[in-house]
Amino acid sequence: MTGPPEETHDVVLHVNGAAHAVTVPGRRLLSDALRHDCGLTGTHVGCEHGVCGACTVLVDGRPVRSCLVLAVSAQDAEITTVEGLAASDGSLSPVQQAFSDCHGLQCGFCTPGFLTTITAGLRDNPDPTEDEAREMVAGNLCRCTGYQNIVKAVMEAARS
Amino acid sequence: MTTKLFGTPVRRVEDQRLVTGQGRYADDVLVGQRVLHAAVLRSPHAHARILDIDVSGVLDVEGVHLVWTHDDLEGAMAEPLPLLIPHPALLHGRTQHALAKDEVNHVGEAIAFVVAEDRYVAEDAVARIRVDYALLEPVVGIAASREARTLVHDDVPGNVGARLEQENGDARAAIAAAPHTLSLDLTVERSACQPLEGRGTVARWDPDLGRMTVWTSTQTATGVRGCIAARLGLDLGQVDVITPDVGGGFGVKINHPWPEELLVPMAARILGTPVKFTEDRREHFISSAHERAQEHHVEVGFDDDGRVLGLDVQFWHDHGAYTPYGLIVPIITSTQLLGPYKPQSYRVVFESIYTNTVMVTPYRGAGRPQGCFVMERTMDAIAAALGKDRTEVRAANFIQPDEFPFDQGLVFQDGRELEYDSGDYPAMLEKIKALVGWDEFPAFREEMAREGRQVGLGLACYVEGTGVGPYEGAHVHVETSGKVKVSTGLTTQGQGHQTVFAQIVADALGVPFDRVEVTTGDTRRMPYAVGTFASRAAVMSGSAVHLAALRAREKALRIAADALEADEHDLEIVDGVVRVKGTESQIDLGTVAVLSNPLRYAFDEASKAATQFSVGDPGRPPVAEDDEPGLEGKDFYSPERSTFASGMHAVVVETDPVTAEITILKYAVVHDCGHLINPLIVEGQIHGGVAQGVGGALYERMVYDDAGQLLNASFMDFLMPYVTEVPAGIDIDHLETPSPLNPLGIKGAGEAGVIPSAAVFAAAIEDAEGFPITAMPISPSELFHLRQSHATEESP
Repeated sequence: MTGPPEETHDVVLHVNGAAHAVTVPGRRLLSDALRHDCGLTGTHVGCEHGVCGACTVLVDGRPVRSCLVLAVSAQDAEITTVEGLAASDGSLSPVQQAFSDCHGLQCGFCTPGFLTTITAGLRDNPDPTEDEAREMVAGNLCRCTGYQNIVKAVMEAARS
Repeated sequence: MTTKLFGTPVRRVEDQRLVTGQGRYADDVLVGQRVLHAAVLRSPHAHARILDIDVSGVLDVEGVHLVWTHDDLEGAMAEPLPLLIPHPALLHGRTQHALAKDEVNHVGEAIAFVVAEDRYVAEDAVARIRVDYALLEPVVGIAASREARTLVHDDVPGNVGARLEQENGDARAAIAAAPHTLSLDLTVERSACQPLEGRGTVARWDPDLGRMTVWTSTQTATGVRGCIAARLGLDLGQVDVITPDVGGGFGVKINHPWPEELLVPMAARILGTPVKFTEDRREHFISSAHERAQEHHVEVGFDDDGRVLGLDVQFWHDHGAYTPYGLIVPIITSTQLLGPYKPQSYRVVFESIYTNTVMVTPYRGAGRPQGCFVMERTMDAIAAALGKDRTEVRAANFIQPDEFPFDQGLVFQDGRELEYDSGDYPAMLEKIKALVGWDEFPAFREEMAREGRQVGLGLACYVEGTGVGPYEGAHVHVETSGKVKVSTGLTTQGQGHQTVFAQIVADALGVPFDRVEVTTGDTRRMPYAVGTFASRAAVMSGSAVHLAALRAREKALRIAADALEADEHDLEIVDGVVRVKGTESQIDLGTVAVLSNPLRYAFDEASKAATQFSVGDPGRPPVAEDDEPGLEGKDFYSPERSTFASGMHAVVVETDPVTAEITILKYAVVHDCGHLINPLIVEGQIHGGVAQGVGGALYERMVYDDAGQLLNASFMDFLMPYVTEVPAGIDIDHLETPSPLNPLGIKGAGEAGVIPSAAVFAAAIEDAEGFPITAMPISPSELFHLRQSHATEESP
């Protein structure tokens, strides 16, 4: 009845500038590896089917849903999670600061996915119109804020 | 003077942690330590008898530690879960077992529980469990339940759990005698809270201390604690429940205990290793609670001015397979339906009925959106029948400002009389008309029509009973460092309680805001509490922290007066310093805290001041008979009844003449929650409520097929609004009629934004299309078909 023990793989994940050597089965999701193997619990899992965007991290600078990526396939990538957005002295990034200033979050669960998405979005388009700001966050779900102050925060972050 | 913080848009103290990824949600607890993970086998069938469960082979899977079915549960754990809020009319209340016993009544009901090294392995193990079912006919939808050809529970006749009637006056006689009458049938479909974080529970048993620590994503830590102690046979003092950061609740997390909230601690105790359960999204859709589905029949009689002489409402509330939360939702619909109006007579009857679907417990608004939909559709129908402006008919029915307190002559959800404390509905109506441009709308409609565009304007008014009892408490402790630690027992799911309660304490005590630290939902810090629901946190715990801070202040002044050799009445506390007004004489609150605790042993420089040769009158006991050591204040707030917030929403929609797509052009809100503690946070609550309301009105529904399968149990198919679906701006205006019932004059704000949505969108779409809208939510496809059927009716 019992099959052979599950095969595992040694992988080095480069996250926020640090190398994490982890041993994971092939099926382990990047979101789970970041949270449970690297201990970086700032990345949240809201749906596990790529729709809500809460688990968005930057992989080589591009926003990626970490629940749709296998950890083993992230071996050679540079990953940035919400924990890696603030400056090394702890001061908040413009996007983080704008979320706080504009009341862009309530429960905070979806927030890390918005922060990473907007960080990449503003790098591509540093001076968005309000419509472009809305477009920038149009793939992420938030159940608390009604998005009003999230859009404000994008505009505020772009200004600073 | 210290700047007053109450009423100012203070930035949230929570945010620093949450924007840097340092939040601690249930699934984050004990990461990095050895934790086992649970998974649950859930019924694939809506209605079936369980003939046999074969778990042989499950424990052979490497990494599996435990598998349980109902047969493995004993004593209180084997009993049905508690019926939390019994009601004399709930003659046939039924609750599920922690693991199904003999029968399953909805897809998703928990059948077996597995604990393994990680969630992946636990799910592998779940897949190996074999269950033999004898399928039964499922009962899906209100029509099938009322028909009662099949019974959900064999011993519940007609599928009716409860029938409740309330009447004020003789509504049927008034309708019979009225100059005008109307009948309406109105339907609202199912939706659900869908917080971005599902349910989650972690438990650790400490065998050395004989103590259970449970972290759970809940809206009531004390409620869960009581259930765990009772079911696991532990003393209350052996169980600590800690609410970590909670990723949204909206009602679903007030129901408790969920099966996993008992099974996880039980497993942690038996295995001697911490255990964690984290619900996935599909599980949340099929095993947590839904709400909203109701069908209503209205008979109304009114005079030439549109004044309601008699209102007779019958409705059927689909409560799903079980009734753990009693009759709260339909009771709220039946009472809050009245809104800001005073019909001369009112009768309401509801039946709360069983179906083989996920059970129903409160979702933000909790029955009010349906009640508001019924009343506001009725108001619009009266206006249409009389050819009057819709605002005129409403104004003719308003309770007037000089009529408060106003007794509606009914019993509310808390078992107390439905008596409104304060409000000003005529003033609010003027505000919403101005904000949305009510009087200018006909010109706008014509202008749009010239461009071939079709627009409509809707209005909906509501009253919301907030801040229901029984009580909340607070403890305020001024430490010798001058820091102020505040605890209150209700829980937080993103409402910014740490910020607003700190504002209240800083004001009451006279200390800088950044010295105040607030803890919520931790039974170690405040074991007496109720929970966060019914927009009650600001009213209940806000009042409690205010009272507790005043007690601490009173004590500080007493001790400081002694130390400064001054009269208490000459003292003030400013920025954490007690001083004699108009003099240089002063003492730090931290030093007052030192003096409040007579010491034998000094532990640092400051504490030397409180030792036996430094302080005190040798002729008196160091702690007076009616006093106690420490600079602390504790108090509880328990109001006579709820306080009634109110609001009016208006929306302008455009409906595409070809595709029937519905676009929001303008959304306006006037809101009265008494005095605002923090306008930034109140407006955030309104924004979120409006967005959820848009979802409920235009997009979200639970699509069950006849077999009781939920066809859209994912975020791909259940259409929660993204930013692209919500209004690009929400115009908000406030009215502040303070509540006379609490010391701060506040009313609740949490649910308000979502209450009038179905009503206001139905009104606007009806206004654009020219035919009645009687069922919500409405999709473009449904609107398209309604147009077709009305076109067919009109053409002979």
